Amino acid sequence: MTDMVVVVVNGVLVTMPVGSMVSAAILKSGVSSFRRSVSGQPRGPLCGMGVCFECRVTIDFEPHCRSCQTVCQNGMDIRTDE
Amino acid sequence: MSRQVHVCEVLVVGAGPAGLVAAYHAAQSGKEVTVVDDNPDVGGQIWRTEKKKPSSAEAAKWFEKIRQANIHFISGARVYEQPATGTLLAEKENDVYELKYQKLILATGARELFLPFPGWTLPNVFGAGGLQALVKTGLPIEGRKVVVVGSGPLLLAVADYLKRSGANVLCIAEQASRARVARFGFSLIGNAGKISQAMKLRGQLSGVRYLNGCWPVAAHGEEQLERVTLQQGERTWEVECDYLACGFHLIANVELAQLLGCETQNGFVTVDEYQRSSIADVYCAGEITGIGGLELSLVEGEVAGLAAAGEETSARALFPARDKQRKFARELNRAFELRSDLRQLATPSTIVCRCEDVTFERLQSSDSWRAAKLHTRCGMGPCQGRICGAAAEFLFSWRFESVRPPVFPVRVESMTGE
Repeated sequence: MTDMVVVVVNGVLVTMPVGSMVSAAILKSGVSSFRRSVSGQPRGPLCGMGVCFECRVTIDFEPHCRSCQTVCQNGMDIRTDE
Repeated sequence: MSRQVHVCEVLVVGAGPAGLVAAYHAAQSGKEVTVVDDNPDVGGQIWRTEKKKPSSAEAAKWFEKIRQANIHFISGARVYEQPATGTLLAEKENDVYELKYQKLILATGARELFLPFPGWTLPNVFGAGGLQALVKTGLPIEGRKVVVVGSGPLLLAVADYLKRSGANVLCIAEQASRARVARFGFSLIGNAGKISQAMKLRGQLSGVRYLNGCWPVAAHGEEQLERVTLQQGERTWEVECDYLACGFHLIANVELAQLLGCETQNGFVTVDEYQRSSIADVYCAGEITGIGGLELSLVEGEVAGLAAAGEETSARALFPARDKQRKFARELNRAFELRSDLRQLATPSTIVCRCEDVTFERLQSSDSWRAAKLHTRCGMGPCQGRICGAAAEFLFSWRFESVRPPVFPVRVESMTGE
C-alpha cells in the first residue's frame, strides 16, 4: 500500500499511515519508555510539540532526535534509549 | 553543513493560525513574505493536519488561501539566534538559514502548563494537547481508557477529539469550580459563534463525566501509568487508565521575543494597537500576547500582517472585532484561574525538573530561579526550563531570568558557523 510506511522500532516492524510521527510509531509498537532520565527513570513523550525533549530517541543511528517532530520514513531504524 | 542566506521583506516565525493569517495579509498587500516554522507541516497546534488532511473546514480554507498567495515557507526549521538586528538564524537538520528581514512578525504560540504531582513523569502521562497531537500523527487510540485532567477549554476539545477517534474517555477533571465555569458560560451570551461551539461540544461529549473542582493527586505505575488518583472536595478515588492527558491551561512561547529584547509583562509580550512590540519592526500576534484562543489569534494575525505591510487604515478597521475577542479572553482566563490547592500537589520527592531530575524538596531550599539553577541545575537541561520554569513560577512565585542564545539546543557547528 502506498499510503502506509514501515519503520523498525527496536527491531520490530511497525506499519504507519504516511505522515505519522516517529513518537506515534514507538507507542504503537507497545513501547512506552522512550529514554531513561539522568537518575534512571523511564520517560516518554509529554508535550507532543517539540518543547519538552522527553521523546528523544535514536533514529538511523543519530542519537537525541525528537521523535514527536520526526516524520516516519520507509525503513527508518528507531531505537529507544533504554 | 551548509549555510543559506534568505532575504525577505516580512518574516513570520510560526505557522499556526496567527502566523498564517499575518503572512497572508502581508503578502496580499504586496510584500515578499517568508514563514519559518519548526514543524514538518503548517497549521501549528490547533490546525495540526491529520494524515495530511486539514483538521477543520476553516483550516482547509486558510491552507488553500495560503497556497495561492505568494509566500515562501521554510518548514522544520527552528529559530535559535539573532546575530544582528534584522537577521535571525534557523537550524534545519544539517543546514543553517540566515534569514534577513525588514519587518518581523512573531507568532510563536503557546504550550501547555504542566504542574508536578507524584507520578506525572511516568510514561503514558501526556499533555492534553500532547496526546491529541500523538493521535493526529498516527497513534491508535481505539478502545484506550483515557482520563483528561487539568484546566481550560482545551480539555473539552481534546476529550471530544479523543472520543470521536474511538477512545474510551472515562472522565474530564477540571480544577475550576462549577460556579466559575457556569459564570464563564453566561459570558458567552452575545457571542453566537462561541455558544454554538460550546453546545456542539456538549452534545458530542454526552456520556463523559465532566467533574468540576476536581484534580489529579497522583499517577501510579512501575514502568508506565496504570492508574490515577483524583480528588474532588474531600473525596479521593482511583481510576484505572491507559493514558492520562493533563494540561493546566496555556503559557506563551515568549523566549524568542525575549531574546530580541521585546518587553514582556506577566509572561506575555507587550504590544501596541498595531501589534508592535517595544522593539522596532518586531510585531507579535496570537497567544504570545495573551492566551485568547483561535478567533483572537486570527484577528491579531490580520492586524499584524496589515500593519507590517504599512496598511494601518485597514488594520484599524479590525480593532472593534479584536476588542470583543480580548474581552472574551479576559473572562476565559478568570474562569480557569488556577486554585492554590494545586501548589500542594508536589510532595518532597516529586520531580519538578524532568531534564535534570530535580525534586521539589531540593528546590524548596532555594530562594530564586537563579539560585535554583545554580544549586540544583533546575532548568539547565535540553528544554531550557520551558517545562519546569513555568511550574516553578507557579509553585514558588519565582520570576524568570533573562533568556540567552541559543533559545533552542543546536549543533555546535550552527553556533560556530564552521
